[in-house]
Amino acid sequence: MLNPISLAFKKAKDAKRPALLTYTVAGDSSKKQSLEILKAISNYADILEVGVPHNTPVADGGQIQTSSYRAIKNGIKMNDIFKIVSDFKKIKNSKPVIFMGYYNMIFQYGENNFLKKCKKSGVNGLIVVDLPWPENKIFSKKCKKNSINFIQLLSPTTSNKRLKSITKDAHDMIYYISMLSTTGGKLKVSPKKILANYNKIKKISPKKNCVIGFGITEKTISNFKNTDGLVVGSQICKEITRSLNNRQNPVINVSKMVSKLKKKIS
Amino acid sequence: MKLKKRIPVIDQGDRLGFWGGKFGGNFVPETLKKPIEDLELQFNKLKSDKNFIKERDNHFKNWVGAPTRFIKLDNLTKHVGGAQIWSKVVSDANGGAHKIYNATVHCLLAKRSGKKVIIGDTGAGYAGKMLSMAAKKFGLKCKIFMGAKDIKRQQPNVKAMKKNGADVIPVYSGSQTLVDAVSECMRYWVANCDTTAMCVGSTVGPAIFVRICGWSTSQISRELKVQLINEFGEIPKKLKLYNCVGGGSSSFGFWNEFMDYNKKQVEFIGVEAGGPSKSKRHAAPLTYGSKIGILHGAAQYVNQNSDGQIEETESISAGLDYPGISPLHCFLKDVKRARYTAASDEEALKAYQIVTKYENLRPSLEPSHAFSVAIKEAKKFSKDTVVIINSCGDAYKDRGILEKKLGKKYVKSN
Repeated sequence: MLNPISLAFKKAKDAKRPALLTYTVAGDSSKKQSLEILKAISNYADILEVGVPHNTPVADGGQIQTSSYRAIKNGIKMNDIFKIVSDFKKIKNSKPVIFMGYYNMIFQYGENNFLKKCKKSGVNGLIVVDLPWPENKIFSKKCKKNSINFIQLLSPTTSNKRLKSITKDAHDMIYYISMLSTTGGKLKVSPKKILANYNKIKKISPKKNCVIGFGITEKTISNFKNTDGLVVGSQICKEITRSLNNRQNPVINVSKMVSKLKKKIS
Repeated sequence: MKLKKRIPVIDQGDRLGFWGGKFGGNFVPETLKKPIEDLELQFNKLKSDKNFIKERDNHFKNWVGAPTRFIKLDNLTKHVGGAQIWSKVVSDANGGAHKIYNATVHCLLAKRSGKKVIIGDTGAGYAGKMLSMAAKKFGLKCKIFMGAKDIKRQQPNVKAMKKNGADVIPVYSGSQTLVDAVSECMRYWVANCDTTAMCVGSTVGPAIFVRICGWSTSQISRELKVQLINEFGEIPKKLKLYNCVGGGSSSFGFWNEFMDYNKKQVEFIGVEAGGPSKSKRHAAPLTYGSKIGILHGAAQYVNQNSDGQIEETESISAGLDYPGISPLHCFLKDVKRARYTAASDEEALKAYQIVTKYENLRPSLEPSHAFSVAIKEAKKFSKDTVVIINSCGDAYKDRGILEKKLGKKYVKSN
């Protein structure tokens, strides 16, 4: 039986389109609202990345930082984040959820406790931004034992030698960072170049699902139709901020945006 | 966990960059793995390259101004009664603080690797000021990230950076102090690491930055060792080295050459920033037993809540106002080679008043923390005990705060 993440990729592939992955920060702008957003966008997105906000992020751009600080300011705690996922899963059990965050949150919770709790609340995968390979070897094995996908990251600076070692240790999904940037940067590399790197990864590791993230927006997404999956994060966070500033409902606006994104790659 | 002899502490980390198996490391985004590895290869090669060391020493001597003075504080010694009180006046160094050593070495490395831009973080503004000076000297463009709150309270250094042609980029996120400046600087490096070199302003950050900084500031103890032998004919039998500890670069450099001595002979005392005496907030993770966490790429004792969010700090001294602490100091604490304690804002201010009353020396608020503890403890020591305080910064940058807290008479016009 395929795990939920691989199944989501397979379904997208069958529909001849990339999987759409969204990123929203847990607790942005409140626990309740972030759950509502997840519910609404899950009608269009194939996999939901849930950001675990951290207050000293070393790889997030302005939009995600704003969302994270807002969530932390509104009092979000690790246990609330697990609760948001389990509440979501009560309604949409088959929709895969991936946590994306920084290692200190896991470290303080205790790796084993954290994984136990992930399993219990229905988290299917983990992206730990500041736990690169080979530092993540032991933890990624622990994830595997608990049937949780540990998602390795690759970037344009990853050497070929590293690329081979990392993909060898990778589980079912790999995340390619499109360019040298924090999240939400403007796409400063041509899609052609990004796709060349993407194809290089696919050649080395054809069976693993590889998604592209960073700089993917409504404007750029249609350039990458022939890929396994695409992640949109900062643009969604920006839309939440914009909606709040204009006293509009972020749930409606974000869900409209994700529906549009889906159309562009379908 | 054990401190090895005859191996520099900066080289005692394991394969993954952990000291004592748990402090330090490289908790960085994948994108930074390559530039960090490049820097490691470069530094490992150059740190034992005779020509490079000659070049460094030449700049330290002729540009930084080595050695900085080692002076006896006779009046203070008489006033306190007890141990002999001496000071290593590191603020003599070009620019007025120890940050010049690390900045110089980083610019030399950047230049050799062909980078055209160097970026850095700063709290008190010294690291930024020195980096801007060194960048100017070596023909590199320079960007300095600085918390908006620190920009307000350390204006003299901000002006100096701008005068040296650096871009000072205010950081408005989080507490708007050093911790946020370092985060923002690292984020900028993530996005520009192909063309830009990064200098971390203290012995913090991913392991290679801890090592480069420790290697650079060790100039302080190299000088001191020679000066002690000149003065006493030997390393004194009872020597106590007091230093303030924020990130930990000046204290590590002040102690490094004495690492192999028995601690009964050469004791290290690190003084952290206890913050306002009435506030629960502080910047003293070692003194107040903070838990190990990850901050800016390294595992260390760090002020944080139970979830792992980094906590805001509070200290009158911008240079010590950092929630974490160098992995080197975590290691030295756990192997019990160094002893750590804290001084409050008020105690530091009082020490500043005492020192400036008795001596022609104006330690900035950072070393004033170390003076506070040294003065208190020196009373109890015998006359043959040699107490040395690293006066690693000059109070010129603090004149706004000093004027506000103590009145005009404590601020000189220059």
